[in-house]
Amino acid sequence: MKRILVREEYCIGCKLCEINCVAAQVGSSNLIKIYRYVPELPEPNLIVEEDEYTTFAIQCRNCDDPMCLKACITGAMHRDSFTGAIRVDKERCVGCWMCVMACPIGVIKRTNDGKKAASKCELCVDRGTPACVENCPNEALVLIEVGE
Amino acid sequence: MRYVIVGSGPAGLSAIESIREVDRDNEVLLVTAEKYVGYSKPLITYLLGKMTEKSKMFYRTEEFLKENDVSILPETKITGLATEDKLLFAENGEKIEYDKLLIATGGRPFISEIEGLKGQDGIFTFTTWEDEEKVENYIKENKIEDAIVLGGGLIGLKTTEALMKLGLKVTIIELSDRILSVTFDRKASEIITRALKKEGCEVITGDTVVRVKGKKRISKITLKSGKEINTQLLIIAIGVKPNVEFLEDSGIDINRGIVVNEKMETSVNDVYAAGDCTEFLDLIDGQRKTIAIWPVAVSQGKVAGYNMVGKDSKYPGGIPMNSVELAGVPTVSVGHTNLIEENGFEVLTFENKDTYKKIVLKDNKIVGAILVNNIDRAGIYTGLILQRIDVSSFKNKLLDENFGFVYLPREFRKMMLEGDVKVWLE
Ligand SMILES: Cc1cc2nc3c(=O)[nH]c(=O)nc-3n(C[C@H](O)[C@H](O)[C@H](O)COP(=O)(O)OP(=O)(O)OC[C@H]3O[C@@H](n4cnc5c(N)ncnc54)[C@H](O)[C@@H]3O)c2cc1C
Repeated sequence: MKRILVREEYCIGCKLCEINCVAAQVGSSNLIKIYRYVPELPEPNLIVEEDEYTTFAIQCRNCDDPMCLKACITGAMHRDSFTGAIRVDKERCVGCWMCVMACPIGVIKRTNDGKKAASKCELCVDRGTPACVENCPNEALVLIEVGE
Repeated sequence: MRYVIVGSGPAGLSAIESIREVDRDNEVLLVTAEKYVGYSKPLITYLLGKMTEKSKMFYRTEEFLKENDVSILPETKITGLATEDKLLFAENGEKIEYDKLLIATGGRPFISEIEGLKGQDGIFTFTTWEDEEKVENYIKENKIEDAIVLGGGLIGLKTTEALMKLGLKVTIIELSDRILSVTFDRKASEIITRALKKEGCEVITGDTVVRVKGKKRISKITLKSGKEINTQLLIIAIGVKPNVEFLEDSGIDINRGIVVNEKMETSVNDVYAAGDCTEFLDLIDGQRKTIAIWPVAVSQGKVAGYNMVGKDSKYPGGIPMNSVELAGVPTVSVGHTNLIEENGFEVLTFENKDTYKKIVLKDNKIVGAILVNNIDRAGIYTGLILQRIDVSSFKNKLLDENFGFVYLPREFRKMMLEGDVKVWLE
């Protein structure tokens, strides 16, 4: 199972992770085109936190015993049996926000583009490597293998 | 070896997951009173309000049960248990043998004394899919345009929301002086009441239904205050209680719910219990009680399942928590939120129009949080409560709009961001 390691001492707060996360969701890597021409961009599935000299990006920790899975009343939140990533089936999600309440990292977002649904980092499993990790210039985000 | 699970709610289903994680060979039999197996109760209000569809009602699907090689006995209500013979008795006469038994029978609605209830159509409780079907049909067949919901708790309000989505004019009647009095504080109740009224819902507090009238079908209710209201639909949602009557002669210790230990064992060997039918520790006040919520049922079921297959696992206790969006207002309530300063609690609040945040602390540890309207990152507070983190070094940041991990002690943050993330205390 994979997990993104956050190394705050290497983070320079450039936020490239944030915009590349948005781009990955749109399905393109041309940042300029996306930010200029795509009308409604999705929210990044990570949060860049900053205070004085400390800064880091934070996203799903892919917990061993995830609270979001225990809280989900629909079965929309599930662990992908192949990759081990925790994913949301947005079609099944009804937007009750039990997962938002339960996630101790606070990285599940509410979205509403016509239909309410939770949104979270799914480790870019359809893409390969997480876009945030790939585009971090200082290796503040690193993909690691954990567990078993 | 035969594992028998009674009840197909989240407690029963998550126990099955744990059992199968360890033991793929022995028989697992799931017995349940209802005809639908593996559906999610909380979704019935979404189904009624057409916010989801039938095909999405199943929290765990038929395939899940097949993949896990589970035998199923639906529409089989258990009415007795002989622990010495390891036998369950069903209403239909069937006898079911077990080696290890899990009781996960949840709760059922409580009905107050109301004159004239019997033999009237148009009066329902609302906790199962079959209830939902009855109410949906009744509304359609009789072209119902308004409804009374008795009980302003979460189930009553979620049902209200669904009825309003169908275009019905709804009146909520609540005995206490405000709705959601158990889950929320006065301020939060006010904001939600205001939002409901704005959408055309009527809210009557400090009153209850004492009498119903009608010829076969309900036509009028009378309140304690004497007020009369014409209606053809009454939903009773004043609370649920553990479903444990069938265990009365079994010798299993029952207080309000089934008494279990941290391994989810009952007082009788090889009989386990989990979910809304049990009572166990509230982590905040250390009291034994039933915390009838979904995540607790899942956690307890998981622990029970592991112990049934001999894998040691413990449930430390739980805390109440609920998230619900009513009249377009998202709300979260975690832990104990109705505590006051006079009793040694510290209360921090933030208010801006309809956005409200409240944090309750005891000895510099968070014991409760309410969030109304802006609920983003609510789970951070949940985590801080569960892990009993001392917040003194960042107390002044707790209500900040950008409150996050950056303000937390570095060591704690590093553990959460780098190490194996272990948030549950189990
Ligand atoms: C309308 C509604 C909305 C809710 N919304 C939320 C929410 O948003 N968040 C939240 O955390 N919780 C919510 N809840 C509560 C949540 O559904 C329960 O806490 C949870 O379902 C408890 O799970 P359980 O497995 O213990 O029992 P249940 O889900 O109640 O399942 C009990 C099972 O036992 C079976 N059974 C009962 N008696 C017998 C018998 N004698 N013989 C055989 N089988 C039997 C039943 O058929 C059922 O399959 C809601 C509940 C309702 C009704």
